[in-house]
Amino acid sequence: MSDTPNVVTGDFETPTVEPPEEQAGSSPTGATRREMRSIWVAGTEETAWMRNSTDEGAQEMLEASVDPAIQAERGIPVEDDFLETEATDNDELQILNMGPQHPSTHGVLRLHLELDGETIVRVKPIIGYLHTGMEKTGETLTFLQGGTNVTRMDYLSPLHMELAYSLAVESLLGIEIPERAQAIRVLMTELNRVSSHLIWVATQGADIGAVSMLIYGWREREYVLQFFEKVTGLRMNHNFIRPGGVAADLPDGWEDDVENLLDVVPKGVSEYEELLNENPIFRDRTIGVGVITPDECKALGVTGANARASGIEWDLRKAFPYSGIDKYEFDVPLGKHGDVFDRYLVRMEEIRQSLRIVRQVLETIPAGDYRTTDRKVTPPPRKRIDESMEALIHHFKLFTSGFKVPAGETYQAVESPRGELGIYLVSDGRERPWRLHARTPSFAHVQALPTMMTGSLVADTIATIASIDPVLGDVDR
Amino acid sequence: MTDGITSDQILGPLAAAFPDVEFRQVNDPPQDVALVAHGQYRDFVAAAREAGFDFFVDLCGVDYLRRQPRFEVVLNLLSHVHVRRLRIRVGVPGSEPTIASITGIFPGADFYEREAYDLFGIGFDGHPDLTRIVLPDDWEGHPLRKDYSVGSVPVRFKGSPRAQ
Amino acid sequence: MAHESAPSGFLLTTYEKAVNWTRTRSMWAATFGLACCAIEMMATGAAHNDLARFGMEVFRASPRQADLMIVAGRVSQKMGPVLRQVYDQMAEPKWVISMGACASSGGMFNNYAIIQGVDEVVPVDIYVPGCPPGPQSLLHGILTLQDKVMAGEIRR
Repeated sequence: MSDTPNVVTGDFETPTVEPPEEQAGSSPTGATRREMRSIWVAGTEETAWMRNSTDEGAQEMLEASVDPAIQAERGIPVEDDFLETEATDNDELQILNMGPQHPSTHGVLRLHLELDGETIVRVKPIIGYLHTGMEKTGETLTFLQGGTNVTRMDYLSPLHMELAYSLAVESLLGIEIPERAQAIRVLMTELNRVSSHLIWVATQGADIGAVSMLIYGWREREYVLQFFEKVTGLRMNHNFIRPGGVAADLPDGWEDDVENLLDVVPKGVSEYEELLNENPIFRDRTIGVGVITPDECKALGVTGANARASGIEWDLRKAFPYSGIDKYEFDVPLGKHGDVFDRYLVRMEEIRQSLRIVRQVLETIPAGDYRTTDRKVTPPPRKRIDESMEALIHHFKLFTSGFKVPAGETYQAVESPRGELGIYLVSDGRERPWRLHARTPSFAHVQALPTMMTGSLVADTIATIASIDPVLGDVDR
Repeated sequence: MTDGITSDQILGPLAAAFPDVEFRQVNDPPQDVALVAHGQYRDFVAAAREAGFDFFVDLCGVDYLRRQPRFEVVLNLLSHVHVRRLRIRVGVPGSEPTIASITGIFPGADFYEREAYDLFGIGFDGHPDLTRIVLPDDWEGHPLRKDYSVGSVPVRFKGSPRAQ
Repeated sequence: MAHESAPSGFLLTTYEKAVNWTRTRSMWAATFGLACCAIEMMATGAAHNDLARFGMEVFRASPRQADLMIVAGRVSQKMGPVLRQVYDQMAEPKWVISMGACASSGGMFNNYAIIQGVDEVVPVDIYVPGCPPGPQSLLHGILTLQDKVMAGEIRR
């Protein structure tokens, strides 16, 4: 644009002043400055930045028929070097490191992203930042203490971890669990599923941008945690479900607390659905994002709500029922597309179905023992210790050296909120496990991340990571 | 060949194709275990996948220390169609702990084999990227081996004579 | 700014007090949640136990914008250097709360994988015991830190 004037002219009629010649290295002498000042008119001096300005002059709207921007929008090819983009060659791929300290990676997950602009070409998850050596520690703890260790692996669903561990130990011991203990286990684990999914929807919403979901999700979870504290003594990492049954019976008044929960939580869930289901931003950011097909799920070992959202009809509670859960009626929600939005819908419905199970437990829980009466495995009641020498010796032996489990190997799995959670236990006949291996669902899901993320945008990675519900304690153990 | 396995509709053909594999049922309710020899491992896994066990569940290592072979790789498979699990155990010698990798059959075995390598030192032939996964890259030793100590430190109490 | 070599006197002591007061009233924490304690830390910031009423309005993801690092969870050997790097990136004045048993002393994991106490890596001001400490315990720890800073026991 060569005919652009480089002095801004206003409405007033003033002479334009040519700036004096600049001599290299010399500043104007006093005389020339006074000279300049005498013929200056305020407001017309040309400042240095104007002299070097790079703007294109007054911006005006071009005719719609010739405006290149509108033509580009309409798809008419425009000759403009600004709009042409060249294909980037491999030298221009950028490596971006996400994590391990990151607000949205759900813990200490590290991702190496290879980016072409904003598109992900390759992603490599790097884990191990929370490796606690729990499988090694498990070999040093007795079977009664083992619950304290496994409960901290998946710290959002500790009762499921304890249940899987207890089922494995009981499978090797070959003991029967009383019906009331089984019902209490179902009650606690289904409520744990509710509290875990509440955290999931809180963090999923917050990662996508609905930051208020963080407050809402935790609000309902507090009621569940207060119930857990009343029953088990702890808000998290309870060590309540132990081999042989549960640690203690439900306290008086628990029915009222559960009724209250069944009243409050569905209202909260309806609020979340009202906030998110029809929200165009949420839908735009989640529909079609992070897709995984059923065949990929099977090959990679993706289980739980992620697999069900892809259409795989598989729930361990229906396929291999445990702890008497087949007595209760519940549905298993399925998705179709395998994207983030379907996982969200599946989990919301799972909260409702879990509450349905809780209501049935509340109505049909049998009276009875809360743990098996086999004295070789469970400690005697406290007041018996004062009365009977045998009870005292049992108690002493159980808590110091622990009970012996017959030699063998077993694998027991439960349906945790994240997927198939299994414990592979090898015993050599002594009081401590020979090998304790936890098959945790998040390990396989993090492995499936590259399948879900390649080809999508960086912003979609956040939505995808949140949607598979990884818990890094599960991944690294 | 184990008695009664031929009558099993799903495992029978598998047992017939691999007569050296020992099939067991452990625990109650019974769980199917197949004890496979080192050389037949990859073929057996591929055949199991064809037989319907196409869902990869778990792969882990075990160190039996004083048994020959010392290590064992335990593979857990699942069949949605038949609603059955199958556990495949294959021994790995301690003197040269390597075994075939099944990432070509089940891509999901990738991280699991890396973890078995990291914690036990079992090498997997044919794995695309066999590096440490849960421990730092420069870690020496394989912690879950039985001859590696748990690494506990003495607990320091303030004011005790042993406090350093 | 208040530091050891500042001369004492009535005006400067009041100034120090004012500075300490402002520091405690708006102490923003860096997100360093590692494991189970992180969930309880988030619960402390959530609705029932609101941290914002004590001035900790937000948890800053970038350590450069944070004053307080709450190490919530077990620190593994691989995470130790990362912890130190994040601590170094924080600007003075900065404080560290070691939340939970695992951060304070290694907790129940006395093994090869966990650093036995985060004070082997960063200097710690407050230790909050618990496994995990409930929101009330963590609040007590944060308020104790605020009291200590106000009283001038921790001079930065």
